[in-house]
Amino acid sequence: MSEFIPHTPQDQRQMLQTIGLSSIEELFSDIPQQILQRYRPLGLEPESELEVARHLRALAKKNANPDENICFIGGGIYDHYLPSVIDYFLQRGEFLTAYTPYQPEISQGTLTVLFEYQTMVAELTGMDVANASLYDGSTALAEAMLLARRVSGRSKFLMAQSLNPNYQAVLRTYAWAADLELITVPLDRNGQLDRSFLRQRLNSNDDIGGLLMQTPNFWGLIEDLSGLKELLGPALLCVSVNPIAAGLLEPPGACGADIVTGEGQVLGNAPNFGGPLLGLFACHKSYLRQLPGHVVGRTVDLDERTGYVMTLQAREQHIRRERATSNICTNQTLLALASTIYLASLGRQGLRRVAELCAQKAHYLAERIAALPGYALRWSGAPFFNEFAITTPVAPQTLLDHLRRRGILGGLSLEPYGDGQTLLIAVTERRSRAELDAYLQALKELKA
Amino acid sequence: MSAKSGQTIFDLGRPGRYALSLPELDVSARPIETLIPKRLLRQEAPRLPEVSQVELVRHYTRLATKNYGVDSGIYPLGSCTMKYNPRINEQLARLPGFAGAHPLQGEALSQGSLELLYRLGRWLSVIAGLDETTLQPAAGAHSELTGMMLIRRYFEAQGQQEQRRLILLPDSAHGTNPSSAHLAGFEVQEVSSDERGMVDPVALARQVDERVAGIMLTVPNTLGIFESDILEVSEIIHRAGGFVYCDGANLNSIVGRARPGDFGADIVHFNLHKTFGTPHGSGGPGAGGIAVEKRLVPYLPVPLVVRREDGQYALDYQRPQSIGRLQAFYGNFAVLVRAYAYIRMLGDAGLREVSGGAVLGANYLKERLKKIYRLPYDRLCKHEFVLSGAGLAPEVHTLDIAKRLIDYGIHPPTIYFPLIVHEALMIEPTETSSLEELDEFVEAMSQIAKEAQESPELLQEAPHHTPVRRLDDVRAARHPVTVWPAG
Amino acid sequence: MPYPSEFKYSKEHEWVKREDGTIRMGITEYAQGELGDVVYVELPQVGHQVKQGEGLATVESVKSVSDVFAPVSGKISEVNQALEDRPELINQSAHEQGWLCCIEMSDPAELEALMDAAAYQQHIGSLSE
Repeated sequence: MSEFIPHTPQDQRQMLQTIGLSSIEELFSDIPQQILQRYRPLGLEPESELEVARHLRALAKKNANPDENICFIGGGIYDHYLPSVIDYFLQRGEFLTAYTPYQPEISQGTLTVLFEYQTMVAELTGMDVANASLYDGSTALAEAMLLARRVSGRSKFLMAQSLNPNYQAVLRTYAWAADLELITVPLDRNGQLDRSFLRQRLNSNDDIGGLLMQTPNFWGLIEDLSGLKELLGPALLCVSVNPIAAGLLEPPGACGADIVTGEGQVLGNAPNFGGPLLGLFACHKSYLRQLPGHVVGRTVDLDERTGYVMTLQAREQHIRRERATSNICTNQTLLALASTIYLASLGRQGLRRVAELCAQKAHYLAERIAALPGYALRWSGAPFFNEFAITTPVAPQTLLDHLRRRGILGGLSLEPYGDGQTLLIAVTERRSRAELDAYLQALKELKA
Repeated sequence: MSAKSGQTIFDLGRPGRYALSLPELDVSARPIETLIPKRLLRQEAPRLPEVSQVELVRHYTRLATKNYGVDSGIYPLGSCTMKYNPRINEQLARLPGFAGAHPLQGEALSQGSLELLYRLGRWLSVIAGLDETTLQPAAGAHSELTGMMLIRRYFEAQGQQEQRRLILLPDSAHGTNPSSAHLAGFEVQEVSSDERGMVDPVALARQVDERVAGIMLTVPNTLGIFESDILEVSEIIHRAGGFVYCDGANLNSIVGRARPGDFGADIVHFNLHKTFGTPHGSGGPGAGGIAVEKRLVPYLPVPLVVRREDGQYALDYQRPQSIGRLQAFYGNFAVLVRAYAYIRMLGDAGLREVSGGAVLGANYLKERLKKIYRLPYDRLCKHEFVLSGAGLAPEVHTLDIAKRLIDYGIHPPTIYFPLIVHEALMIEPTETSSLEELDEFVEAMSQIAKEAQESPELLQEAPHHTPVRRLDDVRAARHPVTVWPAG
Repeated sequence: MPYPSEFKYSKEHEWVKREDGTIRMGITEYAQGELGDVVYVELPQVGHQVKQGEGLATVESVKSVSDVFAPVSGKISEVNQALEDRPELINQSAHEQGWLCCIEMSDPAELEALMDAAAYQQHIGSLSE
């Protein structure tokens, strides 16, 4: 008898008697025998908690130990500090083990948190409304594309080449399935969105449903959004953001964006080898009824007390079925909870300070690396936030191996992404001066 | 102690308070405008709460107490498999080597993660009775979409994309099924359930032609009934050249005993947060995954986790026929760690006990409750069964029964689904409910049936003891307020 | 007698009131009762061409969504803007203030296929049996 299944042999007998059967096997007599006979086990003996924990510890040790490897890798996932209060609440069973809040009277905890979360996402992005989250930043941008298709009725989309390549790949998959065409907007000579291409393509035809882009972009460069919406006209401006940068940068909503998405991992969630993640999704209020996924709204109870419910459910798959705004059924509530507590912990000034710490430290490191002989900023004509690309005098992998021997995960080689001799380096507030200097020292030693 | 109803974190605090101190800048500070042009900078700090740490902790503690989770008590929410989530898994998922792993740190530094993903994938292939598994999909619906894309890509490769346009679905299907099929570009057509609550092979055969790309079947179905004609159903679809997609939402009832691949499924999706005991997190994150048969393997999403000949684990991107990526990285890894640990703890014997216990509990409840409530499909059930709340008393609805259960300290079952049962109450106790808890549930349900006749207003006005009473859904939807401050 | 005798009715529970070459339409008292509290109405655009039997609007309640079909072919000439803020007008006054839109008919003969009040009442009577 497993510790998770409380039926004693006597309980089983009593239950079977009530049912009128004499064995558990008889409960499966409705499954054709030939199916049951084909069954093959895994070949796994049950293990105790102690044994499983021992095995998993050993497995985890086969990964790089984050305590001994200082992380300068970004590319969509960043190594920010996780305030201690967050995990305390993530482990509370009332949040951890509840389902989607379909019974609002016993889910006001979750619903209130999601209402707070929606408010914060709308505020950071400068938009009117936000949903209760999607799977991750890439699928959130794909959902933005699908929303733009619904409201524009157009099936061609412009996709920035400066968008994270993994996001581009996800967009290509979704676009193929939805019979949409993606047109890549190349980089200009500064590594940003090529506006002349954009202008030309938009002038030649009015068949574009929207522009899908990212700021800071894959190379860490801040894209200037001003004037883009004017260029796009009725086509939707869809921008994927880093919400930490939102502490410092003008929000896309102030620049006319129609939909703003982003990856919320940076807001108090561990890297977790890339999942689960948190898809942020905010938009102009005119698209409220086109939102994908859950939305929480404020209302009152029978006694006129304020409370929260999931609302606008007629958009969703369980009611509209094949005509739903999205097939999504879950959201990422627990990560949304972490992000809400993260932002509430930092508060109004704290988020800006985290963003400033990231930017200052990244610039400190970038300038000093670029000053080393043989190194240069890949793009020097555009501002960056906390991530930057460096061209290197040796193969990036050689450099990464060298740094790794000094306990540094030095960044992301862009060779596989078609940008040879280039390293993408991310710096967060967690990196101390000593760690930045250690990075520089290691590069100098390689030279010697 | 009770705070104002509906209070948010924005209603608390004072300007200048904060809940987390930050280190001072330890590199030479430069004016920010010299790093980033002023026109790109925010003019005003975002309006976030300004609260002390103690205010913050008390606020979220208060909110936690307004929730009900599996840790609080029985949670017989049909089709959601709300079983106990082992606590040890929380510790294991937080091991620094796992939680701190960056997805782009390279294969050599990720051997532990990759080995775990590889082994879990192999196990799930065996559990499904199929050939290969991807763990990239983030959830059940995401898995469905992935599966539908695989079918579409397969027919494109065969040059049949114009012909194979149709996905069949029973009328008892989850709403995600038609929605996912539609998103992958298919037309959907319903298949009516017969009086047994199952797909009728004779009627199906008439409906099937060369336009059919596949059928999506939940096995056992959403009435909790195992499709006893499943072998014929699969054969009809296969003969017509289509695929059988098995929605694995209800896998908990057959795990360790029967494998979808053995009854004809070509694709099976897993809801690891249901069958394999990972917590639902108030609505996510879950984790998906699909197992497929040989013909579909070339089209699986990139990257696929593989084991090289030298015993090293790797991410395989050299898959030219792949449908591409479904999310930014490799799946909901931290959830998968929990599922992996769960399967290891149970082993083969434990998995068999899971389905045995789940089906035993459901049939026990069904037998006892059918004496009090209408049971439209009275057969041996699997992990769940569907009662009708109609006919207890005039003017008493299923919603009232559900809300009254809350007064008894019990989370209500799924209501008004599946759509083919009038006033449906869909009950899934799972294997982790004890006999005492099942009896308490029966007791509460029979009390409620009595109350429905003697004092229906007790039901109609329920719940009575919750932080809020019934909420005005109509107002919320007519005049949506979705951000603070409320209008 | 809630079903005005000067209206025509469709099987899908739309009412039609003829105003010269134009019709005004909405959903019937019976339909609003079945739907429950209407929370949102998606109206067609003025100038949009519709064919008889095509979906032209959707009406949402909290837990359902229903299509409204064009009872006649023609061009949408006017929509009831008041429903944007007050969808409850459909529940309060289905046959008057809760009208949905007006259509300039392209083929007035299509009206013939619709039911009169007596036939419609018989129709809904048969549904509730």
